[in-house]
Parts: sequence; C-alpha cells; structure tokens
Amino acid sequence: MVEEVSKEKPLTIDYTPPLKSWMEPAVEFRKGTYGYPAAPKHEKYLDLPNPGVWQPTDKDWKLPENWKEIILRGMKDRLGRYRSFRLFLDICVRCGACADKCHFFIGSGDPKNMPVLRTELLRSIYRRYFTFSGKVFGKLAGARELTEDVLKEWFYYFFQCTECRRCSVFCPYGIDTCEMTMMARELLNLLGLNINWIVEPASNSYRTGNHLGIPPHAFKSTVDFAIDEIKEITGIQVEVPINRKGAEILFIAPSADYFASPHWYTFLGYLLLFHEIGLDYTWSTYASEGGNFGFFHSADLAKRLNAKIYSEAKRLGVKWILGGECGHMWRVIHQYMGTFNGPADFLEKPVSPITGTHFENANSTKMVHLCEFTADLIKNNKLKLDPSRNNKWKVTYHDSCNISRGVGLLEEPRYILRNVCNEFYEMPENTIRERTFCCGSGAGLGSDENMEMRLRGGFPRANAVKYVKEQYGVNLLTCICAIDRATLPPLLEYWVPGVEVAGVHELVGNALVLKGEKERTTNLRGEPLNSFISPSPPAGSGEGEGERQDHV
Amino acid sequence: MGLWYSISGIFLLIFFVVIGIEGIGLYSLFAIFIPYMAVLLFVIGFIYRVLKWASSPVPFYIPTVCGQQKSLPWIKADNIDSPSTTGGVVKRLALEILLFRSLLKNEKVEIDAPHRLLFRTSVLLWLGAMAFHWSFLIIILRHLRFFLEPVPSVVVILQRVDSIFQNLLPILYISDLVIVIALAYLFLRRVIYPQVKYISLPSDYFVLLTIAGIALSGVLMRLIFKVDLVQVKEWVMAMLSFRPMPPKGVNLLFYIHLFFVSLLIAYFPLSKLMHMPGIFLSPTKNLKNMSRNDRHINPWDHPVKVHTYEEYEEEFREPMKEVGLPVEKG
Repeated sequence: MVEEVSKEKPLTIDYTPPLKSWMEPAVEFRKGTYGYPAAPKHEKYLDLPNPGVWQPTDKDWKLPENWKEIILRGMKDRLGRYRSFRLFLDICVRCGACADKCHFFIGSGDPKNMPVLRTELLRSIYRRYFTFSGKVFGKLAGARELTEDVLKEWFYYFFQCTECRRCSVFCPYGIDTCEMTMMARELLNLLGLNINWIVEPASNSYRTGNHLGIPPHAFKSTVDFAIDEIKEITGIQVEVPINRKGAEILFIAPSADYFASPHWYTFLGYLLLFHEIGLDYTWSTYASEGGNFGFFHSADLAKRLNAKIYSEAKRLGVKWILGGECGHMWRVIHQYMGTFNGPADFLEKPVSPITGTHFENANSTKMVHLCEFTADLIKNNKLKLDPSRNNKWKVTYHDSCNISRGVGLLEEPRYILRNVCNEFYEMPENTIRERTFCCGSGAGLGSDENMEMRLRGGFPRANAVKYVKEQYGVNLLTCICAIDRATLPPLLEYWVPGVEVAGVHELVGNALVLKGEKERTTNLRGEPLNSFISPSPPAGSGEGEGERQDHV
Repeated sequence: MGLWYSISGIFLLIFFVVIGIEGIGLYSLFAIFIPYMAVLLFVIGFIYRVLKWASSPVPFYIPTVCGQQKSLPWIKADNIDSPSTTGGVVKRLALEILLFRSLLKNEKVEIDAPHRLLFRTSVLLWLGAMAFHWSFLIIILRHLRFFLEPVPSVVVILQRVDSIFQNLLPILYISDLVIVIALAYLFLRRVIYPQVKYISLPSDYFVLLTIAGIALSGVLMRLIFKVDLVQVKEWVMAMLSFRPMPPKGVNLLFYIHLFFVSLLIAYFPLSKLMHMPGIFLSPTKNLKNMSRNDRHINPWDHPVKVHTYEEYEEEFREPMKEVGLPVEKG
C-alpha cells in the first residue's frame, strides 16, 4: 500500500483554499482517504444500533427513516450532558490560531481539516437547530440545514481527526476538537455509521479481552515463545505468571505488544525487567488489552471495555495495577477510569515493592505507568544498566499525544532513555512534549485502506524525524504507544527511510544486565551487538546529546 | 461575500440612525428605549447563557495538559501548565485571560521545499488581540466617569496616563489610537489571509465593524464634532436613576455612537462574544491534572453492559485448562 502511494504520485500539499464556501457540504470519498465501515457482525456483538452493510461511496447509506430526528435528539441530549460540547460550540471566535496546528491540515491542505472548520461542521448544525441567532439569521449566522450530505461530511472529517488535542494547546479558550470529534462520532454511531477498524477491535476486546482477538490459550503460547526467545538471547529462564491469584501487581499492556512487531521487543523488555527485579505480578488473559478502542466510539463503549481492568484486579486479588506502554490507554486510565469504573477501594495505594516509593499521584485509580515505575527503579539504583548495548542506535523520542497532552508524562521516559542509551537527541521543540505531532493514525484511523491520509497526517511528525536524522544521524524513533509502534514504521518508510521504531522498554531490555546472564551477542531484535560504534556525537550537536546520569 | 453582507449591514444601520434622528427626530427611541432594551437583553441573555453552560455537567476530567505532571518527587512538575493545585489552576487561567498565553505560543507552519516544514514564531495575532482587548478595557474604564459621581481617582489617573501624549498630539488617548490600529489589523487579517478569510463568517466581520463604528464615532466626537460632556453625564445619571430624558447638547455622531454600543451589548449574548465568560468555564483549562489522585464523579453515570469474567471463562474454559491456565470452575 505504501509503495502504491509513492509510486503512483508523490503526495502534493496545497494550502490554497477552494473557491467554494465550506458551508456547501461536499465530500469525495477517494480511495486511501477513509476507513471501511464497521462489519455488522461486530456491531451486533456489541449491541450497537442500526448495523448494516454499506460503503461510503454508495449513494444510499441505508439510514433509518427518522435519522434526522435521531441526530437532533442525540445532539440535544449531549448538549445537556457535556459542558464541553455546548461551551466549545458557543465560544469559538474563529481567530484561526488552530488552523495550521492540525497534522491533517498540514499534510493535506484541506481547509476542513483546520480544527476550527472541523468543528464548524457540527457548529453550523447546532446553530440552525439550537440557537436563536441561527434560527433567525440562518446562513448569515453560519447555520446550515442538516442533510444527508452534511452527515457524509461528518463521517469523512470526524474519522479524519485522531483526537490528538494539539489544537487545544494553541486555542486561547482551550477548545478541544477531540471532544467535538467524540461527540460527532457518538452521533454517527446512533445511525450505525462507524468504521471497522474501531468496531472490530472493540468487539474483539469485549469478547477475548484484547483487540486482536487472541484467545487465552494463544496468549499462553505466545508468552511461551517469548520465554524461549529470552532464554536464547540471555541464557535466562524467565517466569511469566498468567491469571495468577494473589499476585501483588496486575500488569496490563496493549495487546499489540505481545503480538506485533516491533512491539514484540518491548514485550521482551517488560519480561526481562520484571524477572530481574523479582516482581510479584501477573498478566491477565481476560484483561489482556490496555488499549481501549471503545474510546474511539463512545463513552459508553469505552466504559464497557475499561470495566475489565478493575474487575480482573478484584478477582485476582492484587494490590495495585501497573500499565505498559500505550497512548490512548493512558488517557483513559488517567482521565476516565476512576470516573468510569471506580472507586478502586478494594485496591491499595501503589507502593513500589522494590524501592518502597509510594506513587502518590495514583492514590485513587491505583494504576501506575511503567515509565514512572522504571524511572523510580533507575533513580534508586536498582537496575544495572549497560547503555553501550544500545550503541547501534542514535535515539530520538516521540511523545505520544495522549501521554503528553492527556497525562503530562514527559520526563519519565526521557530519564529512562538517557540511562539506557548513549546517544539521545530531541526533535525540534515545536514538535515534542505538549506540542508533539500525532503519528497520524490514532483514534482508530490506523487501517491500511486509509493509508494516504495516514501518510499525510503523519507528515509533520516524519518531517521532524527527518530533521534529527539529517542533523545527528538518528536511526531510532522511540515511543511509548502501541499504535505508534504499529503505524510509525510505514510512515517513516515513506518519508524517512532508515529510521526504525522501538518502545522505550525495548532499550531497557537491551541495557539491563541480568544476574547470571550469558554474554549477550545480540540485542532483543536478534541483531548483533555492535560495540564498535563510537558513542561520541557528530560535530555540531550540542544540546540534547546523550547525557548520562551520574549514578549509573 | 459575508464581508459585503456585513459592510452593507453596518451602513444600513447608520442610515437607520440618521433617518431616525435627523429625519424623524426619534430622540427618545435612540437615547432611552434602545439603550434600556439593550442593557436588559444583555443582562438576561448573559445570565441565561452562562447558566445554560453551568447546567451541563463536566462528566469527565479533561484538562489539556501542557507540562510535566506531578509524579515522582525528584521530577520537577509544572504547576501552571499541568496544575496540581487550585493555585496552579488560578495562575493558568489568569495568564490565559490577562495575557492570552496560548496565543503567545502561536507558530506558523510553512512548506519551504516540496516536503520540508518550517515553523515560524508568529506573535502578530497575540499582539493584535492584546492591543485590542486591553485598549478596549481601558476605554470602558475611562467611560466610568460618566457613570460615577464623584469620579473615582483611579479613573481620573487612568485617563491622565492614557492621555500622556497630550502635549504632542492634542487630546489624543493612547487607547484610542491603539484600538483603531488593532481593529484594522484584526479586520485586515480576515480579508487578507486566505485561510482566515475562508473560515470567517458574516458575524465575524460584523462584530469587528460594530466595534470599529463605536471607536471611530467616539474618536470623532472627541476630536472634531464635540459634544457637551456635562450634558452627557447628566443624561447617564438620569438614565441610571430611571428618570430618563434625552440628552441635550449632543449631535448625530453621539446617537450613532450610542446606537452601536446598544447594538453591541444587545448582540453580545447571542454571539461569539460570549467567549468572555466562557473561558472561565472551559474544562480543558480550569481543571487540575490530578485525576489519578482525586476521583471525579460523573453525575449522569449509568450502568453499562459488560462481558464478565464468568462469561469469558464459559467460552474459553476447555482450551484454558488444556494449556494449564488456572480457571474458576474446574
């Protein structure tokens, strides 16, 4: 698919707005720029409304007869339930500060990808049916009639927003397009209009516990496979407890970590780390997914999937929960889980059994991020690390949207990276931390049929990677998000060939010196350890070079 | 197109005042009835809109985090951009409301080679917005001298400072100069920048033109077509004590000024101008980033259907047993 896009024609970007006013709805469903609709089988499994077979390119979308009434009722209901919805529809002044902050706008030039116009698509309907000025002045007040064409436009553009919240950082009122997209998707769902890359993973998570649909016995065999691989690389036999009652900690990671590549090496990193510190923990097959595809669908479905985490923690009788490297998973855990399915009063306040550190920021949800946990281990000198084992890599770090703008977990992974590798370079400031650019494939948009839009949306991120590649010779982009690990490799292959993608704990696993291990000849990827690369940075690099922490 | 609608609308309204005052002599309508109605609409509309927002709950905890969270004690947390205390939230909001901090972050993205992005700091919008809002505020505060007797010394001092250039340019207020320039910029960017033009609605131009009408009529009254300010104050005091009478010693320009002010405040609650109270309620800005520590309650939370462990084990019990995974029911 990637090659198809590049061979046919290089993607062109033109920022000139069209002559036609945005108020006239018109969408062209061009191959490569939209996701396929949800399969009715999965919609039915989740009891979602109006399952049906249709294609966005069809003229007839098989809407229920009273679709307009359903949408308007749904809007009214949500205006009463979400302050964000009503407020953000009301107070935008169209200053345009958000316009060139959206990666989809930067990569496509389509003005309806400016966050302000994306929301105007909804706002114009809100004005027409819910405000005095819209009812009286109509088009002059920016109001539009709700038609099937408007609905099609919603489908196209609200499944062309990755809910990354970058626009919200630059908006003087904090208007968050993510909230608007969530509302629009909830409304579309009422008519059964959703994409399969959201509904199928959600349905899989509901049934098997993880979005890939891996049943428990297959989970067991994949873990066994990892154990063998670790034995081969390190000579160490690790133990991986599954569904073990009475463990102190329940560990939950995104399922791609134990099934996809390059996630797999991060998974090996987890297992090595937990083995080395002798953690009393367990995996769960019932709650074998940290990610929450329901979150891209509706608050209710997000809650239904999220419920498994606490319910499994209760069944297994653990004291607290540790979570792996995933992006939106962490927004849900940090900002929603306590509200959705708390209070977690059956758990204990999280304390690291190794260092005794009390994770005070997680007193209520009782769930700690693995990067917080590992950073604390390193700070307390509990790990023996040999960063030279990562000398093959010149590393940069991609802040995942939800981790940065949802959680504010910025320094922990950087601290870990500086301790496990010798060369670490930051991308330009406009593209990291709270200003980080999305991979372009989050919030359920990571399907192959959407490849052109993904490449466009990921362009700003790739561009920043290209910069550090040219400047410092960076050849590894690290991240703590499973969707990133899945979607950044094809993105970089298209825009910046020669840069690989890895999770932070893959590098931890490489650097970690295990008690009694054999001399390592390969990294976790099975590539020979190359200790001949000099760790000194090329001339001209100053800031951001791999500074080592004193206590390593 | 929206631009021409707005411009013709504004001229139509000016024409309306000219006919009303010069032609028919409806002094009471323009000096008493319309201002009273405008204030009434403003107060009722403003309260209604704010209560409407307040009546919708904040079901989930959604601050936009822009700095390091408070986690491990040795990692320096950012208490403004990722506030962990109420004080931090107050600072964050205050910086936003008083200094438009988010706009200060603004940057412009350009493509300089076919596939190479450039980021340029762009503070022009911030500068324009600051200049406009602050000069507007100072002008409103200066007008308090018409509403208060005796005039508070703060207002007098403000007026003196604002007219500090008097020796150079007679009777020119700095704030007047600034607001006219700022309005011109804010207007021109909507006309010149293709993207901003594309997103602009008729109402966006209309608000700017209305305020420009107020500012220009005010400046002209001060510089050229003078009115008797003592009489104006008497009229205001009479209005405030609900014994209204049309002002004496004023001219047409005064009525145009007054009409546009009335128009603006009556239109305020119906329009995007409600961003003024709205920012205070914005859930992405006014919440602490402590959601793993303080549990937030959703008032409309309701039970949802879940797939229980029992149902799960029911489906997978046999294969689980085969590979030696523990099960609840042997």
